[in-house]
Amino acid sequence: MKIIVPIKQVPETSNVKMDPETGTVIRAGVETVVNPLDLYALETALVLKERFGGTVTVLSMGPPQAVKALKEAVAMGCDEAVLVSDRKFGGSDTWATSYTLAQSIKKIGGYDLIIAGERATDGDTSQVGPGIASWLDLPVATYVAKIESAEDKAIVVERLVEDGYQILSLPLPCLLTVVKEIAAPRLPTLDGKIRARQMQIPVFSTENMELDAAALGLKGSPTKVVKIDTPKVTRGGTVVKAGDDESIVTAVNELMTFLEAKGIL
Amino acid sequence: MSFVWTIAEQHNGKLRDVSFELLARGRKLADKLDTKLASVLIGDKVSEQSMQQLIQRGADEVYSIQDPRLENFICESYAKVLTTLIKTYKPSIVLAAATSSGRTLMPYLAIKVNAGLTADCTELDIEEGTGNLLQTRPAIGGNIMATIKTPDHRPQMATVRPKSSRPLAEDKTRAGKIIAVPVTADMLDGRVKVLGYRKDVTDFVNVEEADIVIAGGKGLKKGDNFIIIRKLADSFKGVVGASREAVDRGWIGYPHQIGLSGKTISPKLYIGVGISGSIQHLAGIKTSEIIVSINSDPDASLHKVADFGIVGDAFQILPEIQRRMDKRNGGAK
Repeated sequence: MKIIVPIKQVPETSNVKMDPETGTVIRAGVETVVNPLDLYALETALVLKERFGGTVTVLSMGPPQAVKALKEAVAMGCDEAVLVSDRKFGGSDTWATSYTLAQSIKKIGGYDLIIAGERATDGDTSQVGPGIASWLDLPVATYVAKIESAEDKAIVVERLVEDGYQILSLPLPCLLTVVKEIAAPRLPTLDGKIRARQMQIPVFSTENMELDAAALGLKGSPTKVVKIDTPKVTRGGTVVKAGDDESIVTAVNELMTFLEAKGIL
Repeated sequence: MSFVWTIAEQHNGKLRDVSFELLARGRKLADKLDTKLASVLIGDKVSEQSMQQLIQRGADEVYSIQDPRLENFICESYAKVLTTLIKTYKPSIVLAAATSSGRTLMPYLAIKVNAGLTADCTELDIEEGTGNLLQTRPAIGGNIMATIKTPDHRPQMATVRPKSSRPLAEDKTRAGKIIAVPVTADMLDGRVKVLGYRKDVTDFVNVEEADIVIAGGKGLKKGDNFIIIRKLADSFKGVVGASREAVDRGWIGYPHQIGLSGKTISPKLYIGVGISGSIQHLAGIKTSEIIVSINSDPDASLHKVADFGIVGDAFQILPEIQRRMDKRNGGAK
């Protein structure tokens, strides 16, 4: 089974700090990591490889520094890695990103399964996974929480939906996006780290890919960001202290009055 | 004249509330653009009455696509149906709910119809002069609000966060047109099969569509203490949420998890109990109407974003709230 896992390098969210003066995100000096939700996709792919044999190829679109994320995935056990990088890809929205990644996956070719994270923790759209499937005209199952069975020609999965789990059978090749519930990601191994350090990672770019120039980067993106606002972080709410019995009763009184005033009760 | 469309959602033939929330959004946009609002309802054997409900809640027209093979959501088939409809009727705006199906269908469809798509919007408006759809969404863990438009592609597509708008009141006097669209072979994609549904009744919840969510975190100290939260949530007719810390400790199932690696919610009331309020958790609750925080740590971040905070011991405060709720609900327990 040949599995491809597209991943994204994101700023480590626990380090995201806002500049109180300008209200913008401070990016300088912020550590980058593999999108935490992509680790579940990598783990799922590695487990399938251990069960059925085959290879896992990890793929990332981003600046040259995204090699770091790819090497981390190799250290976890991925066999091959591809960096998709070109200045012309800069500013891509989810439409252009999924196009560029789909073309990269076509270039790799010969795959049975594509497994992606549910979404990236920075953009938070969940759109690139289904977008890739659509460009490649593959069947898709999102929010996959469990793989029931995988055979040569079909895979049965459970996807987490609003009222429970929907059980789907999909023919291969297909694309899955997975949620945290599916597996606990492994840590990189020492052997893996050594292999990652030595690995030369090929770069896919406009130089060596078949691409429609009109579908790339900021210019090729249908959506345009027109404004960025910083929402108020604090709501200026009331905070009351409740220590002894009396203050607890008072605090709960105030809470109940507040909820009544807001029309909740 | 290009209409505004909403994608209605049904399960087992019954309309979901998000269908009506979308119509409230769509009505406002259609009125501003001086055009009509249509709702697209894909399913099987959905009653005429349900379709009338869509009209009473704001739709001028309902496109009804009914077939046994469309009973359950299958992304590929639903996308084919909508591709055909969009190419025929050329709507200017298509809105769907940011649910498990909406967030799957819309990105798949956007590629097929060569349209721009904005995810999980909390505000929608029309730009003066151009008539473009302005789509506002939280990004970077809710730290910024980005406003996005799609100037050169039609339709303009967006998914809308459930519970971020309220349905319009039912208006029985509204009249509208129901258009039954015949299903043709090219609208069906037979590749994916739905084998069934599984519901874990003991520990399943839909935190995204609840009006009231009471969430527990590390401060609950052990899984058994979620009983207190469950009981209180029942009294509020709400559901139980949890922080990542509580889920990772195995105290409660993943469907309850709220935050960056869980669900994003916009309920009327969110109460966080023993939750410190990490950036990741706050990202999931920021668009709640009212935030209440109960935590013994006066410096907990959740207190800072709360509309009402109580600094104190949850194990003393919750029973007191429970007593009041029992009294209100008329049962002296």
